[in-house]
Amino acid sequence: MAKNINKVIGQDAVIKKGWLLAHKWLLLRRISQLSIIGLFLLGPVFGIWFIKGNMSSSLVLDTLSLTDPFVFLQTLFTGYLPEMTVISGAVIVALFYFILGGRVYCSWVCPINIITDAADWLRRVLKIKTSLSFSRMGRYGLLLVSLVLASLSGVLVWELVNPVTMIQREIVFAMGYSWLLIVGIFILDAFVSRRAWCGHLCPMGAFYSLLGRVSIIKVNAINRDSCNDCMDCYAVCPEPQVIKPALKGNVTSSPVINSGNCTNCARCIDVCAENVFTIKHRFIN
Amino acid sequence: MSSTTNKTLQSRRRFLENISRAAGGAALFGIGLGLYSQQSKSLPSTAIRPPGVDNEGDFLSACVRCGLCVRDCPYDTLKLSSLGENVTLGTPYFDARKIPCEMCEDIPCVKACPTGALDPELTNIDDARMGLAVLIDQEACIAFQGLRCEVCYNVCPVRDKAISINRSHNIRTGKHALFIPVVHSSDCTGCGKCEHACILEEAAIKVLPTKLAKGELGHHYRLSWEEKDKAGKSLVTPDLEHKYNLPEGTRYDYEGEGLIQPEVTPFNESAIDRLNKGR
Repeated sequence: MAKNINKVIGQDAVIKKGWLLAHKWLLLRRISQLSIIGLFLLGPVFGIWFIKGNMSSSLVLDTLSLTDPFVFLQTLFTGYLPEMTVISGAVIVALFYFILGGRVYCSWVCPINIITDAADWLRRVLKIKTSLSFSRMGRYGLLLVSLVLASLSGVLVWELVNPVTMIQREIVFAMGYSWLLIVGIFILDAFVSRRAWCGHLCPMGAFYSLLGRVSIIKVNAINRDSCNDCMDCYAVCPEPQVIKPALKGNVTSSPVINSGNCTNCARCIDVCAENVFTIKHRFIN
Repeated sequence: MSSTTNKTLQSRRRFLENISRAAGGAALFGIGLGLYSQQSKSLPSTAIRPPGVDNEGDFLSACVRCGLCVRDCPYDTLKLSSLGENVTLGTPYFDARKIPCEMCEDIPCVKACPTGALDPELTNIDDARMGLAVLIDQEACIAFQGLRCEVCYNVCPVRDKAISINRSHNIRTGKHALFIPVVHSSDCTGCGKCEHACILEEAAIKVLPTKLAKGELGHHYRLSWEEKDKAGKSLVTPDLEHKYNLPEGTRYDYEGEGLIQPEVTPFNESAIDRLNKGR
């Protein structure tokens, strides 16, 4: 691990695979995140209404209704049963993430990820080592709180403060002061605690983690025998605790990264010079 | 043996500590958030909800803040509350003084709502109750000064039902009438066109959330005249026709000219008739 300190993370992969291949999944993710926001902005900016609404609930080409299953779940907990449009929309989106991986939402869709990735990048550049540490279980606590409060008060309480839906909404609709939250999350992640928001606090991420426990597409440490312990994957992984059981397991254990916390961001695939990781479905042991 | 037991004990202890720390933090946060949510339930009086919201509480449990109603509003009346505004975050509302509701016949905002937070059973826009117009400042309203205005009355989409003009005596001049706009909650949709059109610097007539504007009679109250109409007869002792004790041959008109005496004429028929009779 000592050799890690003065090394640029992913350098080996860049040398061995070339810059483009060593950033393939990262680039694809950024394209995905930006084009989703871009599609939402096509309407208000250019008057091309491919998709209307925001990531909480939207209407594609005036026909397909999509709804965020976590927002939908909160609505259910308030004791209100919404119209079929929203129910079917939430089922479609949940099925989508059930197949592609629960937290694909976090790493491929949610624009907050760009902010927190940037904060983590700054940490690495400035070599910030201090980090206020707290439990990654906090997000499940907040998930529970958001649902309990919804049912106690009959209001979508978490949506009063949810920076994820708030920022998504205000990018597409009028921008209020939510840019302050963007700055806040960046400061929190960069200078206070590493991966604090997405990896420790966000109950939306926690919800998608639970979905990710049963989802199909998984990162797989299929060539774990060729691992040379460079630790680059741990350094870039937003949820490094998920790697070890798959990468360093014994012969009988599965090389599949089974934890629901894995965001399927596939950055580990990018930075690995030894091509240890790949993306497969979960049923390959 | 003892070291492994010790190790499992230690890791169990760490696990429990982690869990309780997370739970404690989340609970503390939950208390704060819960209190904040109570406060945020109150709707500021300038914010009017789109059509199809009967009850603010029910609305807040159903609305997912997607903004589809905002997008389908052809007049850009509706907007989503953004961070820093004091309307519940992300929910749709409008400010009647800026852009009032045009009361589209096909109600596109309600049709756009995917959750039913805007009641899909609202199909006639005249049945919408977004708020209630109140002529809130009688000192500033120029109709109360005896000037003719009636702009609010004239722009009202349900004119004569939601706003009527009541005439009353102008005490100041002693000889003119006041043309006072009066709002009727039975028909006011709360569209806000009156507030938007009010000619004053600051509108004297304002649309307020119904809950704020509307009084409610105690449920035990019965208005005798309504009960009488319902029953078709008096419910207490039957009304007797009032009889005045008047001088013979005179009438009395309560709302008219008072005591009416029969016209005293020297002859009780016309002169021609008399001539014809040959007397």
